[in-house]
Amino acid sequence: MLLLSYLRMKLLTHNMLTSHVKGVTKGYPLLIKATEVKLTDVDFNSEFVSRMIPKIEWSVLVEAADTLGHLNDLPRDLPPDYESSEDFLRKVHHVLLEVEVLEGNLKCPESGREFPITKGVPNMLLNEDEV
Amino acid sequence: MLHLNLQTSLFTLFTCWTEKDAFGIFGVNVYMAEYYNEEEARKYTQNSRMIEIQSQMSERAVELLSLPENQSCFLLDIGCGSGLSGDYLSEEGHYWVGLDISTAMLDVAREREVEGDLVLADMGHGVPFRAGTFDGCISISALQWLCNADKKSHSPPRRLYRFFSTLYSSLARGSRAVFQIYPENSDQLELITSQAMKAGFTGGMVVDYPNSAKAKKFFLCLFVGVSGALPKGLGSETVEKGVAHQAMFTGERTRFKNLKGKSLKKSKDWILEKKERRRRQGREVRADTKYTGRQRKARF
Repeated sequence: MLLLSYLRMKLLTHNMLTSHVKGVTKGYPLLIKATEVKLTDVDFNSEFVSRMIPKIEWSVLVEAADTLGHLNDLPRDLPPDYESSEDFLRKVHHVLLEVEVLEGNLKCPESGREFPITKGVPNMLLNEDEV
Repeated sequence: MLHLNLQTSLFTLFTCWTEKDAFGIFGVNVYMAEYYNEEEARKYTQNSRMIEIQSQMSERAVELLSLPENQSCFLLDIGCGSGLSGDYLSEEGHYWVGLDISTAMLDVAREREVEGDLVLADMGHGVPFRAGTFDGCISISALQWLCNADKKSHSPPRRLYRFFSTLYSSLARGSRAVFQIYPENSDQLELITSQAMKAGFTGGMVVDYPNSAKAKKFFLCLFVGVSGALPKGLGSETVEKGVAHQAMFTGERTRFKNLKGKSLKKSKDWILEKKERRRRQGREVRADTKYTGRQRKARF
């Protein structure tokens, strides 16, 4: 039975994911290597996007979107008056919540350890020696 | 059928049972990831009573989170399973990430097309998110798994501490984490709360309906960075008077008590009180029997 994968990892989640492997000091950001990406439609909520922007590592988001080929015209630098520009907020909304990784893996920048993404679910289970 | 589904999980169960259980007080050696295999996961999720209970507990947990009104928040759901609690979060307009150790449960969540992002992870290894990510965290019936030692190398206190300390940092300042739990005994409760405190959390236990064996629910409410006032449990005596949580049914036929607080005139209560008053006055009064103040036929 072919199950359609409705589950995905959004770039918002990727922006927050970090590796907690023992001995690794810099487990963030995890580099995305995606083999399958999907676009979806999510209702636009300007307040939420506006509130999340300060929490996001902007350069990481841009880098991730670029890797997936969905950077479009998102600026590399965060404009100072982003709150008032609905156009900009919509672009951010699209990249944060509507670009989803279905298959691929996340690679730790320090150790190179890979966390696979299967059917949209990143596998962050650690081995006993990594805890 | 049943045999096929249990095959892989039985194998894992057997390997666990052969190891000596070093942690006697923490109960049965169950490999949690295999506990919910595909069949169990589906059964759990399709049980309508289970759905109702989970939904109610999720609602109460979100209530205890005291999130700002009319604001969509970014929340973490620990032990999200098949997404029953996550569905409630989505209904309330929140965005969420769910963590669970069981692929079978997450598969069911996928089939149910939940809106949140799912991460396959062991909470005892730490919550894999950077500082200040979430506006709040809920967990329904999941924390007790951290108290079981399913491998000899696992130390529940260490796993609990790892979980709580990483959770603490992944939460924004001023936010809360609410855990609905079924504590097995006071030792387990003590273990959980002590590790949470060590990790920097403040807060305490909220107990709803403490006097009802069936309705009693425990919610561990933890605060990050700010010492908040612990919410009151539902159905406890300390709730303000005048707030009725249950309808009181009495067998009395008089429906309205006199506003002055005295019994309604000519009611049985009134008769008994009057007789008592007269006895105190020293008068001769007939004894109270089962016929005293009894309803008579209208023609009487």
